[in-house]
Amino acid sequence: MDVDKKDSIASDSSDQVVNPWEVSAKDGGKIDYDKLIDQFGCQRLDASLIDRVQRLTSRQPHVFLRRGVFFAHRDFNEVLDAYERGDKFYLYTGRGPSSEALHLGHLIPFMFTKYLQEAFKVPLVIQLTDDEKCMWKNLSVEESQRLARENAKDIIACGFDVTKTFIFSDFDYVGGAFYKNMVKVAKCVTLNKAMGIFGFSGEDHIGKLSFPPVQACLSVPAVPSFPSSFPHLFPGKDKLRCLIPCAIDQDPYFRMTRDVAPRLGYSKPALIESSFFPALQASGENGKMSASDPNSAIYVTDTAKEIKNKINRYAFSGGQDSIEKHREIGANLEVDIPVKYLSFFLDDDTELEHIKKEYGEGRMLTGEVKKRLTEVLTEMVERHRMARAAVTDEMVDAFMAVRPLPSMFE
Amino acid sequence: MYSSLIDPNLLIAKDSQALLVNGYRKPNLKTSNDPIRRINNTKPTLFIFSAPAPCSPKFFDNDLMGFSKDQLLSQLQELEIDYSKYEHPPVLTVEEQAKYVSSSEGALSKNLFFKDKKHRYYIISAMVDTKVDMKVLSQRLGLGKGGIRMAPEEALAELLQVSLGCVTPFAVVNESARDVSLLLDQKFKNQTRCIFHPLSNNVSISLSTSGLDKFLQSVGRDPVYVDLEANANPVVGKDQPPDLAVYVPSNSVVIPELPNNTPSAQASPPKNVSAEKTKPVASPKPSKSPGNVKSVVQNSGLSVFKNPEKFVEEILDKTSELLFSEVKGENVEALAETLRKRLTSEFTHLAVMYKNTAYSEGFYAGTQCQPKRP
Repeated sequence: MDVDKKDSIASDSSDQVVNPWEVSAKDGGKIDYDKLIDQFGCQRLDASLIDRVQRLTSRQPHVFLRRGVFFAHRDFNEVLDAYERGDKFYLYTGRGPSSEALHLGHLIPFMFTKYLQEAFKVPLVIQLTDDEKCMWKNLSVEESQRLARENAKDIIACGFDVTKTFIFSDFDYVGGAFYKNMVKVAKCVTLNKAMGIFGFSGEDHIGKLSFPPVQACLSVPAVPSFPSSFPHLFPGKDKLRCLIPCAIDQDPYFRMTRDVAPRLGYSKPALIESSFFPALQASGENGKMSASDPNSAIYVTDTAKEIKNKINRYAFSGGQDSIEKHREIGANLEVDIPVKYLSFFLDDDTELEHIKKEYGEGRMLTGEVKKRLTEVLTEMVERHRMARAAVTDEMVDAFMAVRPLPSMFE
Repeated sequence: MYSSLIDPNLLIAKDSQALLVNGYRKPNLKTSNDPIRRINNTKPTLFIFSAPAPCSPKFFDNDLMGFSKDQLLSQLQELEIDYSKYEHPPVLTVEEQAKYVSSSEGALSKNLFFKDKKHRYYIISAMVDTKVDMKVLSQRLGLGKGGIRMAPEEALAELLQVSLGCVTPFAVVNESARDVSLLLDQKFKNQTRCIFHPLSNNVSISLSTSGLDKFLQSVGRDPVYVDLEANANPVVGKDQPPDLAVYVPSNSVVIPELPNNTPSAQASPPKNVSAEKTKPVASPKPSKSPGNVKSVVQNSGLSVFKNPEKFVEEILDKTSELLFSEVKGENVEALAETLRKRLTSEFTHLAVMYKNTAYSEGFYAGTQCQPKRP
């Protein structure tokens, strides 16, 4: 099965490294996504699939699909086949609440998941892995629970519909049917496999070792991918399919889940995977944004002034050193961060094409591109901030209450 | 791969009862006596659409559901209708089309696709310089001042089976367009030839109005020519009924938003068009139209308040209506469309937050609620 073959990913040091703990490109260059798809064994999300999504949802596909941000998948086709027949699915995504500071890179999977919820009219479960962060980041239980709730507010601010969304934290929810599934999964995963996939050694404490099955259950891949883990939501719907939007570095977790699922009599979860959102200073795409370096990212708490400042000072430019040279040669769009960011967040295809053309051929200067980017991001962050301010503790309680969702497919 | 696309002709052969209401029917060129195809037919009919209908322009040439340009052209030939064909790169606007097809070949047309509040659709095909005032048109149709707006892109694909920039009188050849009203500019009659897209925007054809009429009659349509600039200040009252009201379709059309069959039902047999709210219409048998239309209205009333997107659509409809009634000028339609496009996502976000807030307050109230006294 694909699980065994890919065990050696973490140990391949001369090549690019992509796993849940580390992402780095080969020799400081760009991440080779094609190679990644090959290596992981997932599929490209091609134009015909995007057209199909457009037809099924009667609306323009999300900007992340059009621009290839979400570029790979496992079994998405089958989910769509089932959907066409009238068999729905549910969405599952999650977050490890390690810091209060959320940056734009964190929002990407949630923005996309919100679109999927609206477009397909399906329910969503969101997992907050506060236990994981407690163990791995050495936070106290209370602190990690608090962070989970704070992060939940930012997630809610992305615009999820409370009548179709269930948010849960591991500390709150593990137990009952969920825990039963966790144990079932754990029984299927050998120590060697776990160590192989997740790269553990004898030095790591026990908690880290016992986590993956929990992860399987709670964390991104496993247990939440099984509808029987949520008896209050999906009673009697054991065959309901699950679609998981995530970043591609989460793939190993899900490979394990997909391996285990048939053995437990469950449907394999489908995945739809995104590339990495580059850091401001990254030259090319050799790294992810990191919450630990404030200048590498735009945060949802940044003011308009801070955003403008960060972009002007830190965003890596592909423009030439002098204006004359720039007008002659044009910008290097491959490494230019502002254009890359615009390709994520500027919805208007025509305008983006125009900017790329003008900038690439030297008629538009870096300053203009950065200015436009600042506008786009400021608007986004402002909208998020306003929505976030409207999220009360009661709202978080409502989203996190273990309650049925009768309108979840409407 | 798309097992859901079955040749509609197969479905038809089996059950001749189904001929008229289920699935598509290739227009029978020899007879045009089918009363059901006429506009304003008072006989209630059920319109059923087969989803999925192609939205992407790619699908039109290997046509599976809608008519293709080649099929159309061969039918024109079969009917011995004289036309001239001009091929060019795909064009989305009349200005672009004018670059490739000179006016000596015929009169260019502008083709507009409108929708009213009760989900009835209209194609207006006019000379380029004829003034088409949506406000006036709406009044003349008896729909009040802001009663019509540009139809959304999905409707273009679902009902007319053409791509953007390709609205054309010929689209009525599709069964899916049976309830779309077609109004042609009176001024076409003064032209030797007029130019339209034959279902594809990389081709234009010019033909005479009598040729167009012959074609329309062959698909069971009475060609309707209207003086679009007359009655520019319509006064609609008891003694002066709206003069174009007779051309309002008797049936409204609901474009299905998602397949709402019972799960794992057969792939692709023509599905019922159900109410906009997704309460599935349980039986697949055709029901009388008035009942169907009525349930559309009732259910969509409920979903306006449950569904943020429908809520926003309702708000923008009312805004457009006011805009049309208060503001004069040619650019009002364009402005209304821009407003709609730019504000929809913003407003939907606000509506979701509003909904969440209301739910949360109710939820909290529920937790504090005293149990009912026995």
